[in-house]
Amino acid sequence: MPDATPRVTYDYVTRTIARTLGNPTRGYFLLLGAAVALLAIGIITLLYLIRYGLGLAGYSHPVYWAVFITCFVFWVGIAHSGTLISAILFLFRSGWRTAVYRTAEAMTVFAVMTAGLFPLIHIGRQWYFYWLVPYPNERGLWPNFKSPLIWDEFAIGTYFTVSTVFLIMGLIPDIAAVRDLATGWRKKLYTLCSVGWRGTNEEWRHYTRGYLYLAALATPLVLSVHSVVSWDFAMAIVPGWHATIFAPYFVAGAIYSGCAMVITLLVPIRKLFQLEELITVKHFENLSKLCLLTGSIVGYAYVCEYFIAWFSGNPAERAAFWYRAFGPYWWATWTMIICNAFLPLLLWVKKIRTNITALFVISIFVNIGMWFERYVIIVVSLAGEPYAPWANAVYNPTWADWGIMAGSFGWFFMWFLLFVKNFPAVSISEVKEVLPPPRLAKAKARA
Amino acid sequence: MIPLPKPLHDIFRPPPTPGVLAVFAHLDATIDAIKQLRAGGHTDFTVYAPIPRHEIEDALGQAVSPVRMFTLIGGIAGCAVGAWLTLWMSYDWPLVVGGKPIGSVPPYVVIMFEMTILFGALATILGILFNSAFAARRLGTILWDARFTNDKFGVFVPAGPGAVAAAETLLKGCGAEEVHRG
Repeated sequence: MPDATPRVTYDYVTRTIARTLGNPTRGYFLLLGAAVALLAIGIITLLYLIRYGLGLAGYSHPVYWAVFITCFVFWVGIAHSGTLISAILFLFRSGWRTAVYRTAEAMTVFAVMTAGLFPLIHIGRQWYFYWLVPYPNERGLWPNFKSPLIWDEFAIGTYFTVSTVFLIMGLIPDIAAVRDLATGWRKKLYTLCSVGWRGTNEEWRHYTRGYLYLAALATPLVLSVHSVVSWDFAMAIVPGWHATIFAPYFVAGAIYSGCAMVITLLVPIRKLFQLEELITVKHFENLSKLCLLTGSIVGYAYVCEYFIAWFSGNPAERAAFWYRAFGPYWWATWTMIICNAFLPLLLWVKKIRTNITALFVISIFVNIGMWFERYVIIVVSLAGEPYAPWANAVYNPTWADWGIMAGSFGWFFMWFLLFVKNFPAVSISEVKEVLPPPRLAKAKARA
Repeated sequence: MIPLPKPLHDIFRPPPTPGVLAVFAHLDATIDAIKQLRAGGHTDFTVYAPIPRHEIEDALGQAVSPVRMFTLIGGIAGCAVGAWLTLWMSYDWPLVVGGKPIGSVPPYVVIMFEMTILFGALATILGILFNSAFAARRLGTILWDARFTNDKFGVFVPAGPGAVAAAETLLKGCGAEEVHRG
């Protein structure tokens, strides 16, 4: 909740947030330029991949799911905390979410947009993408609804659609608020986007109900999406993938990485837009507590995986996990364990939880750790596949893998930066909701 | 504004409703006005607010929004579409794999679930837009102030020439900052 000082009134909230729109500074253009440059690297790499084929990426038998799929799972995971903060905490009536949820939600939409690119890049021939869509066809393609890859398509498609409409729905009253302060072309844009919102009792009546149901639908959705993503792996028989713990393990990991990414994004935005009075240290502390909770679940899942590998007595499972920790990819595994399970333990200390710089640094390490978690699960499990040890090879990503990955960061940050400069990055009406409303009785008493 | 042909113009651009618009700076004064208006027999007035507040809803005594029916019907329709899509396509191309039944329901539950959410959410959005647009049509063109999305509350009371003065006195008595006639 923002500090309820007399200075923070409804008008102050509207004007502070409306001020973040328009007149981009040099720093903003530098960031946007960097994002576009990264995207350009990605586009050029993609053109090379289309011209010369997927052989440019480091695929080598038996590793045919590699950095592209790692990035796909990474970005889908990033998306999850946005829905957690906007929908699940909404149902829990957490007041503190109001100041940070819009940023998190926008991050969700753009992260899913980024994730959606990877299966397309991974298939190699993007112009045949419609082969993935299951429908009765004349091409001899069998629509197989028993495959987790098809489930994933439905899950990600639904998630993208629902999180987009959820974001837009929340934006409408806020766009109306900035519309009434804006001038010029922005006024025209916001008039169009606010679909005639006036704030009548009838509008609020339908809006608040509808928002509640959207939140109630988005909550099971977010839990299902990463469960389905995890089944892409868990349904296969590869040791290191074939585990029942995968669904909760992936969901916790997704929310963990997403919360870390929210911190990474909010720290510069708060500074750039001078929103210190609306997004306070308390918000960061709560976010880091979420990180601590989900990070502990992830750490527990790591322990569980290794314990079960040993306890099951299954030689293939044991070999896979031995390879993971002490094989040629030991550095990836230990990066993941240190960044995800050990480093966040620092967040138990209140001094660190309330230190924005420390949180920013930790959140970046968590992002790195969570990327490596997916790399370890996908690439290392395939490379060390113990059923066919003669076929094993050491996979190394090439410049094409890194180029596409850099491009995905550019794509994500470009959309995100464009969003925060053109639409309210903090919810105006919801921040006002948690403020004490102006009352005549109080004003009289003060006078 | 884009000119519309006659029948559309009559539907989408109804003539302005005469009445009184009061601007309030305080929530409790607005609620006081709502209560007094209802006690005075007014039913068709409109309240503007920058935020949703339960006090306003309670004072107005509004029924629960019909959006919930949209959500329910959308969700059920989505579930049915998910079941139909998967089962029909499976039987349309009956390929036995791993000795499993052609229409195996457990894996299809995932798709039925996702379609329930998708259709439910889209129907909710339609419900909000449809009901709000419908409400706006019923209200016609009424006075409004740009400050209502920022920090002011408002009450518009439709009133003919004979009732304007009485409505004005009532609203001012409740602590309205400004009162406009339209």
